Amino acid sequence: MTGTPIAGGPADTTAVYLYGVARHLDPAALGDAAGVAGAPVRGVTAGELTALVSTVALAEYGEAALRANLEDLEWLEATARAHHDVVDRAAHAAPTAPVRIATIYRDDARVAEVLAAQGERFTEILDLISGRSEWGVKAYADPEAMRGDDIPDDIPADPPDGGGADPGGGLAPRAEPLTGPQPTGPAPAPSSGGGVGTAYLRRRQQERRRRAEAGRRVGEQADTVHAELADHAVASRHHPPQDPRLSGRAGTQILNAAYLLDEEQVAGFLAVTRAAGERLPGIELEVTGPWPPYSFIDTAAATPAREPGDM
Amino acid sequence: MTAVLDHGGDAPLERIALVDLLDRLLAGGVVIAGDLVISIAGVDLVQVSLRALITTVRDELLPEEDRP
Repeated sequence: MTGTPIAGGPADTTAVYLYGVARHLDPAALGDAAGVAGAPVRGVTAGELTALVSTVALAEYGEAALRANLEDLEWLEATARAHHDVVDRAAHAAPTAPVRIATIYRDDARVAEVLAAQGERFTEILDLISGRSEWGVKAYADPEAMRGDDIPDDIPADPPDGGGADPGGGLAPRAEPLTGPQPTGPAPAPSSGGGVGTAYLRRRQQERRRRAEAGRRVGEQADTVHAELADHAVASRHHPPQDPRLSGRAGTQILNAAYLLDEEQVAGFLAVTRAAGERLPGIELEVTGPWPPYSFIDTAAATPAREPGDM
Repeated sequence: MTAVLDHGGDAPLERIALVDLLDRLLAGGVVIAGDLVISIAGVDLVQVSLRALITTVRDELLPEEDRP
């Protein structure tokens, strides 16, 4: 397909947004799918590959506009959801390789050129993801597990730091020492181990140690869960922990990973996840999916699991 | 536009969390050069927008409230 006239405006004010590339996609599967900015989605086909595209206005998707828009959370959300909806719909009908958000071409002819030039690469990617889907697993530790209240006070102490020393090792002394007489009121009677400041510091240190120990324990549990899940997947990949302001989730996220599963692995994987969640008190597992395999496109960065034959 | 697409029978009914979507869309997918510079420099832009939106919660594992 070459030089398709672009509907909705002269070519110099519009561009073409690419969502992904599918193999053997029946165009009817797209139905009346709407893409970013509500524009209808169409296919640009070259051989067995179909690029999913829609027309966008350069006023919104040109370089300068994109630069600003990508930092606008509302815009980013609308674009991300539209991008995902198109990819997801295609992925339910045929193997589909999503492309990175905001990949823009001049026109359909350029998309056809790219399909021809990159056909081999897309074919490789599609071979890898055919018949597979991505599942996300997040683990949260509840606040109690993170406080470490059950950890005894007598775990090994850090070397004494002299009370209020700069943790960064800087030379500048504190303007206000944490020890010493309080500025107002009579100081309570000192305990046997030293002044009230010392007791306070000791308590804080113990609390800090308990929390560090609790964090370490919880981290180990997350590693164990991940290892178990990865054993039931074709490949796995860690995402960075999510900002609670974006997730709106209380509790500390201790695992945020994606797993690539063969269709026949899905039921077993979900059962293993459920069992792990029931086994670990204070840890909640959350599963999302199936996703188009966004996280497994860059095969070098994913961790392949053992080959089935190795087991 | 908030078109609700028919995902077929096996898709979860609840709305996908934006944060899960961004994990995948900003860092996943095939990276190919588009015609606009932005697509090539897209990775950097993603980092910029991520910096604005997302900070790691790893700090919460540390006793940061003890910091002055």
